[in-house]
Amino acid sequence: MSRRTDTPALPQRRRFLQVLAGTAGALIVGVRYAEAGDAPVPPAMLGDALYGLGAYVRIDADGNVLIGARDPDTGTGVATSLPRIVADELDADWSRVSVVPLGLGVENGNGEPRWSYGHQLGGTGSSISAAWTDLRQAGALARWLLMQAAARRLGVPADRLRTQGGAVISPDGRRFDYGSLAEAASKVAPPTAPVAVKTPDRYTLIGQPAGDVDARAIVTGQTQFAIDSYFGDALVAVLVHCPWIDGSLVNKDFREAEAVKGVFKVVELKPEPGLLPGETPLAPSVAVLAEDTWSALQARARLKLEWKPGPSGSESSAALEQQATELVSAKTPSAKELAANPASQPIAPTTRVRNDGDVDGMAKKAARRVDATYVQPWLAHATAEPMNCLVRVDKDRAVLVAPTQAPQRAWSVVQRLTGFKPDQIEIRVPRVGGGYGRRLDHDFVAEAVMLAKLADRPVRLLWTREEDLAHDYYRSASVHRLSATLDAKRQIVTWDQRMASASALARRGAPEQRLWTSEVDVNQLPAGLVPNYRSDWYALQSALPRGPHRGMPHVANAFAVESFVDEIANALKEDPLATRLRLLGDARQVPLQGGGTFDTGRLLNVLKLVADRIEWKNWLRTVNGLGIACWHMDGAYVAHAVETSLQGQKLNIERVVCAVDVGRVINPLGLEGQIAGATLDALSAALNLAVTFKDGQPQQRSYKDYPLASMAQLPDAMDVIIVPGDRDPAGASFLAMPTAAPALANAVFRVSAVRVRRLPLMRELLRLL
Amino acid sequence: MAQAQALASKPTSSITPEKVREGIAVEINGRPFRHTGDPDMPLLWYLRDVLRLTGTKYASDHGLGGADLVLVNNKPVSAVSVPMHELADKKITTVEGLAAADGKLHPLQQAFVDEDAIGCGYCTPGWLIASLDLLNRHPQPTDDQIDQLPNLCRCGCQTRVRRAIKRAAAAMAGGRA
Repeated sequence: MSRRTDTPALPQRRRFLQVLAGTAGALIVGVRYAEAGDAPVPPAMLGDALYGLGAYVRIDADGNVLIGARDPDTGTGVATSLPRIVADELDADWSRVSVVPLGLGVENGNGEPRWSYGHQLGGTGSSISAAWTDLRQAGALARWLLMQAAARRLGVPADRLRTQGGAVISPDGRRFDYGSLAEAASKVAPPTAPVAVKTPDRYTLIGQPAGDVDARAIVTGQTQFAIDSYFGDALVAVLVHCPWIDGSLVNKDFREAEAVKGVFKVVELKPEPGLLPGETPLAPSVAVLAEDTWSALQARARLKLEWKPGPSGSESSAALEQQATELVSAKTPSAKELAANPASQPIAPTTRVRNDGDVDGMAKKAARRVDATYVQPWLAHATAEPMNCLVRVDKDRAVLVAPTQAPQRAWSVVQRLTGFKPDQIEIRVPRVGGGYGRRLDHDFVAEAVMLAKLADRPVRLLWTREEDLAHDYYRSASVHRLSATLDAKRQIVTWDQRMASASALARRGAPEQRLWTSEVDVNQLPAGLVPNYRSDWYALQSALPRGPHRGMPHVANAFAVESFVDEIANALKEDPLATRLRLLGDARQVPLQGGGTFDTGRLLNVLKLVADRIEWKNWLRTVNGLGIACWHMDGAYVAHAVETSLQGQKLNIERVVCAVDVGRVINPLGLEGQIAGATLDALSAALNLAVTFKDGQPQQRSYKDYPLASMAQLPDAMDVIIVPGDRDPAGASFLAMPTAAPALANAVFRVSAVRVRRLPLMRELLRLL
Repeated sequence: MAQAQALASKPTSSITPEKVREGIAVEINGRPFRHTGDPDMPLLWYLRDVLRLTGTKYASDHGLGGADLVLVNNKPVSAVSVPMHELADKKITTVEGLAAADGKLHPLQQAFVDEDAIGCGYCTPGWLIASLDLLNRHPQPTDDQIDQLPNLCRCGCQTRVRRAIKRAAAAMAGGRA
């Protein structure tokens, strides 16, 4: 026997569908990531317990169908839409389907985690497109097995059978309920090749409206979020964080707090050095562990703590804005100047994101020039459900109930802190009270696990709202400076965008030359449409914590770009819709950097749809202000039109129309909710919201200082227009974020003649009116 | 009355008079409860930690945002802001108490389901309580009256909530006719 001397190739990770007989004659179909040659998972792992559901589809002998929802539903509707993709392929009777939120699926692959369910990520716009690839297969396979079982029973070829509403139907019209076939189907040998998925003409659920599967439980108060979960003997933990992530505790007196009845312990927590944000606590803290929430809160109020600032204690949002403004206002050195003397040009962009044609050269020949600077604030996440986590750490097992968008990332935090094997960690993820990117970081999970270990008791961690607003991974403020030049025919010849911001990726392990990727999109409008286009990004140096935020980087960029297109139209004394139509030109495919194309025809279509619906033809005549904006991202297209009126200093948003093209629509009702919701979220932020820092501390501590828009401020109704499509579906959970604010600002300009170049809008409008 | 007389008279050796019951008596969703812990404990933590009625949510420390609203003697109250000692003998309704005993949804709950007026669902119980109070005061609320709701929602469910309130108002008017 010879020994291999060459380096063996890494095992090929592949994904395959797996069929298992469950208990009580159930058919179970799952998708697993596995390495070639793996032994199949023993059916014993698939118990009857719901949280042990080891697969996507389970058909019980009584005909009830259980479908697992793998991606956390943070309000994006994936607990409804993903199971409907499976159910459609399965031809299930939706009224007999129950949806179960799947917790983290992890198995032990020689000490390494092996993710049982593939994609488990919520609120990043990726759930639907990932599901389109593999979840359809799970449904199709289950249906195929049921048909094989029916074929054997009836003695007819499977291709003469069809399926409908949870039953196989024989050539002579007899119905065989899936439940009666489940046990036999679980013993059918799986196919050797992937099963064909349905053709679109046979969809029964995809494209049809469906209400949220959790609606009844939510309106009756029965839905258990992580914050509503209990282990019998868990201690409640509440924290006081250091005001500065790099600060420290210099004086403390816990005695009064410890004397409060019901208090178990007061302990200090510190971020572990050398780890990335989101893997360890965000800031040092003092935690009170008590028998119940009220005791814990009372003790927390009696803590005597003195904190010392670290280097971030000298930062202020005002100084950072000034720094950003200086960066984008400096003369851009030419390539020749840079090459000749790099040292003499301190304010070169950190990254030249894109450089098409010859901006400087062509700008000199231009007939006219338009410039504007836009300033946008820091933002918090302000999820409705504050950070919390329930955790029990036993000798060889950890069980968590966690409101996370990324259970696999949460797993790695727990694994590091416990040293457990992959499958000794169980993470349950119930419905999540909002994510917006905040729950991609797991500082609060780390805190809960640390506390459970310190206390040697299960712990139920709860952040107060004040902690939540004051200790966030914020969206950075930004300053955009835009310059465009036009030729005598009013065509945009050059476009020069400069943006300064503190990258969300800084201090997160990304290389310097990639820091821009969280801040600006290389393909954003009007890239590809203007022959001479340049996009420069300037890094703002700051130690303030930052992280992913809903719709980033499109929200800030679309506000600047789509406001600026209006300013160009105004300079030309042209209808801003006409300016946009000219900019987009004929319907065609425009190449994207990095591959693929974007379709100006689809963008023109959504733009025209909102214009028609809001009766744009009245743009010049109406006393109200009409505003419009459009955008494309990740293969999806969106436009907003907004009508505003002004009574004295009171701004009314009279009408809002949004049109979207996401390709194939899985659940039009759910999509409408996402589009309306994201629109109102974006309007709320644009109208009111800003986090400001002074001495390194956020000044906003409650909804009073960080006022999400009230019902009265928001439009009474809005129109959502969904463009039907047959391309593979794109994500939509933040698609409507980018264009709402610029459409509003453009409408405000029409009604008030005030061009708002600084957000939040209300404060600026009242200052300028 | 009979009991008072029994207490006033000298007890027989076989009957021990009932001790005065301690704690704070409240009625929650039609059922009697007695809180014997700290009288300063806010109602929210009594509901959530003691009774495990978790439909009423914590979202802020001063009740801003309305996720912690309940009805106390039919008036909306922030559960995190009201201590138990102010609630003696009061009737409290939480989101768990809106549906009928047989599970039939209140028309307002049904309207929220029908309009899919739900984002993440965390603040929904608070919207239901505030909307129910609005409909109690104004069975056919105007848009301006709906505008006065104190609730906040980051998911942006406001336009759908408005539709749900109007749908419920119509359904309830139909029921009365």
